Amino acid sequence: MTGKIRSVSELHEFQASLKEELQGDRTVITLCAGPGCAASGADNVAKAFRKHIEEMGLTDQVTFKCTGCHGFCALAPVVAIDPAGYCYEGVKQADVKDILERTIIGGEVIEKLLYVDPETGEPVLYEKDIPFYKHQDRILLAENRQIDPDRLEDFLAIDGYSALAKVLDEMSSEDVIQAILDSGLRGRGGAGFPTGLKWQIAHQQTAEPKYIVCNADEGDPGAFMDRGIIEGNPHRVIEGMCIGARAIGANQGFVYVRYEYPIAVQRINQAVDQAREAGLLGENILGSDFSFDLKVVMGAGAFVCGEETALIASLEGKKGEPVQRPPFPVESGYRGKPTVINNVESWTCVPHVIGKGAEWFSSIGSEGSKGTKIFSLVGKVKNTGLVEVPMGTTIRKIVYDIGGGVPNGKSFKAIQTGGPAGGCLPEDLIDLPIDFEALTKAGTIMGSGGLIVMDESTCMVDVARYFTRFLEEESCGKCYSCRKGTQRMRELLDDICEGKGTLDHLDLLEELGETVNNASMCGLGQNAANPVLSTLRYFRHEYEAHITEHRCSAGVCAALIRYFIQEELCDGCHACSKVCPVEAISGEKDLEHEIDPDVCITCGSCIEVCPTDAIIIVSGSGEEA
Amino acid sequence: MKLISLNINGLPVEVEEGTTLLEAARAYGVNIPTLCHDDGLSSYGACRLCVVEIGPPGKSKMVSSCTYRCEDGLEVRTHSAKIMKTRAMMLELLVSSSPQSKTIQDLASAHGMTKQRFRPEHEDCILCGLCIRMCAEQMMSSAIGFVGRGPNRRITTAFDEVSEVCRRCGGCMYICPVCMSRCHGPDEEATLCNACLNFSPSCVAVYDDVQCWMPPECGTCVRPEGDYLPATGRLATEES
Repeated sequence: MTGKIRSVSELHEFQASLKEELQGDRTVITLCAGPGCAASGADNVAKAFRKHIEEMGLTDQVTFKCTGCHGFCALAPVVAIDPAGYCYEGVKQADVKDILERTIIGGEVIEKLLYVDPETGEPVLYEKDIPFYKHQDRILLAENRQIDPDRLEDFLAIDGYSALAKVLDEMSSEDVIQAILDSGLRGRGGAGFPTGLKWQIAHQQTAEPKYIVCNADEGDPGAFMDRGIIEGNPHRVIEGMCIGARAIGANQGFVYVRYEYPIAVQRINQAVDQAREAGLLGENILGSDFSFDLKVVMGAGAFVCGEETALIASLEGKKGEPVQRPPFPVESGYRGKPTVINNVESWTCVPHVIGKGAEWFSSIGSEGSKGTKIFSLVGKVKNTGLVEVPMGTTIRKIVYDIGGGVPNGKSFKAIQTGGPAGGCLPEDLIDLPIDFEALTKAGTIMGSGGLIVMDESTCMVDVARYFTRFLEEESCGKCYSCRKGTQRMRELLDDICEGKGTLDHLDLLEELGETVNNASMCGLGQNAANPVLSTLRYFRHEYEAHITEHRCSAGVCAALIRYFIQEELCDGCHACSKVCPVEAISGEKDLEHEIDPDVCITCGSCIEVCPTDAIIIVSGSGEEA
Repeated sequence: MKLISLNINGLPVEVEEGTTLLEAARAYGVNIPTLCHDDGLSSYGACRLCVVEIGPPGKSKMVSSCTYRCEDGLEVRTHSAKIMKTRAMMLELLVSSSPQSKTIQDLASAHGMTKQRFRPEHEDCILCGLCIRMCAEQMMSSAIGFVGRGPNRRITTAFDEVSEVCRRCGGCMYICPVCMSRCHGPDEEATLCNACLNFSPSCVAVYDDVQCWMPPECGTCVRPEGDYLPATGRLATEES
């Protein structure tokens, strides 16, 4: 970096020179180093690439980049080769030399590293043709693949900070707010409040100073959309925040990021330093009269701090506990001053809205929900990863076309949306379009975009119990309804899972659930009964089977299942009795074995080792689970 | 001072700006039960007993009246069927976990509750936070506060050490709705005696102290009407 960029024209000149310098006719090898790929050994692959490129003297022809998350975590680690557009999956250290020799120098494709389309059985050469990518509309995530998040230059080369320059150069606060209003952008953190309206209210406040906050306290189990953006494209978040600050008249902002994301913390801190050094943060940004600076604050790991009033309390150094709204943070937030809080993804949308226009943005999505939304698709689905689709895309398209359906020949049972406080939707609703209105109507929430797919081996009562326990532990404990209510719901669910439930339990659960949702103060409490209420609504028969027949059809609830050896299949090999940790299996060599249900702890070790698949799980009156 | 007009239970009311729904309702003679509220302390909103319905029917939501400020044109219902059902469930939760509190027992009785359906617990503290606010706002001490969250939330001194700022004034105990008035009624786990409600005049009205200090064997309050003979203790009316 060559010091401060002093004006908008200097920025454009610099961007143009970077584009020339970075692109040209070089081959670009892009390795995804997002959370999924890093966990699958991307670090070692990166080292190997750097070493071999050096050794083979390819430094002049090849640019090697480690980027943020590409999205297709099921294939980790992923390598993309441009300008050809090839995509290699599951790349190991040992493959690196091969790739350089055969693909980069030889121009040949390595077939064994290509993704194989399970439908056709054919290898897919180009990244854009892989069904997982083909059915998506990647606007925010596409940039992750183009830039090395450690380098501001990479971001500038894709016209980064141009939207901020446009705002400083030719737009008033009112213009910016109008554009965001017209775009129909709604908060991506969960509640879906119109972002433009929030900014307008903040703009109208007379109190000074004003603050803006980026909520990066992503705490849903299995969700990593915000992490994917902050780790992969931190400058886009900063640019969005600069635009927001300019619109409402704030000079100070905060990024509240959870400490469990050390890489995100490091990247955003580094990006803030780079932006400050380049004159994109600080006094008189790009030579204008606008000054704005950012501070990164780490959260201490409480789920509830993603709730905006609790987040503010935490920012102020107090215990993270929600307070009554109104007054809303836009009127009285950080230190009692007007504060705009938006989620990472919302901030990331802002430069795109400004850069490409409100009309372009509002042309994507459904009637009431505009733009694209990133979902983290996990659970019992083949193609796990980050998925970006227009609002209003059906669950079917996400799970089957993009996600590739349920693996191991099992059947789809339910999908959980909106994180722990969301709800589970059954197969009947698979054609439901995912947008704010439709999900609320179906008894669940958009949340920040977690999607957990469940198959026939998932017990819905157990799922409700898992999420209720999570919420019980993460409730701040202020509202008696939420603290005690989640505890009591979990106790009732424990009873049902242990076969001690009665049908009265279900009425009580429903009554209690409604009270928890109605009487609690914040979004956590007001949705804390969703896992229970939605599973009761759509999967009541499973609850009833647990209670009246003592049967867990998924074979999950330990107290309701037994392991059983089918005589006709058992050849008495002793494999099971050897691994049984509690010596519950008896039987002479070469004669059929038997499991003592009173001793068995249903750990499942025997099933795994049985060579003849003689062991089955039975539940209820003896049918196979 | 600006005046705010709103509607409570169909009654048009006017209050000063900044008044909470609870204050407004009480000023107009509408009684809303609370456990974590005290007029001399800031509002907190922990017990959720004071929930009221705001907004037109069908589009209403529930808020705690002690923390929600009056807004112009707001439609408030303090005792709708929905609210009474919610309050009853809150009381059932409270009484199942802290059955020894006479304050809670009385409130539950007043709501016609005779049974609770959860596994009985004996937690003394309901974490209403009155003691913390008493200590900080009236005693200017801030010797105690909340720590932890969820099931681990509790009230303690800083770092669980003997507090240097605590003056042993007892203000925290004085204001506690649970530990200062123990119920010595029948001890059957799932049944509430309801006696205070059925007996006329009630203990609360008769005795000069809201604490029912009679030994459990007295049985006064469960005896049929007309068969009234105090075994121990004196009636406040006899004293004068």
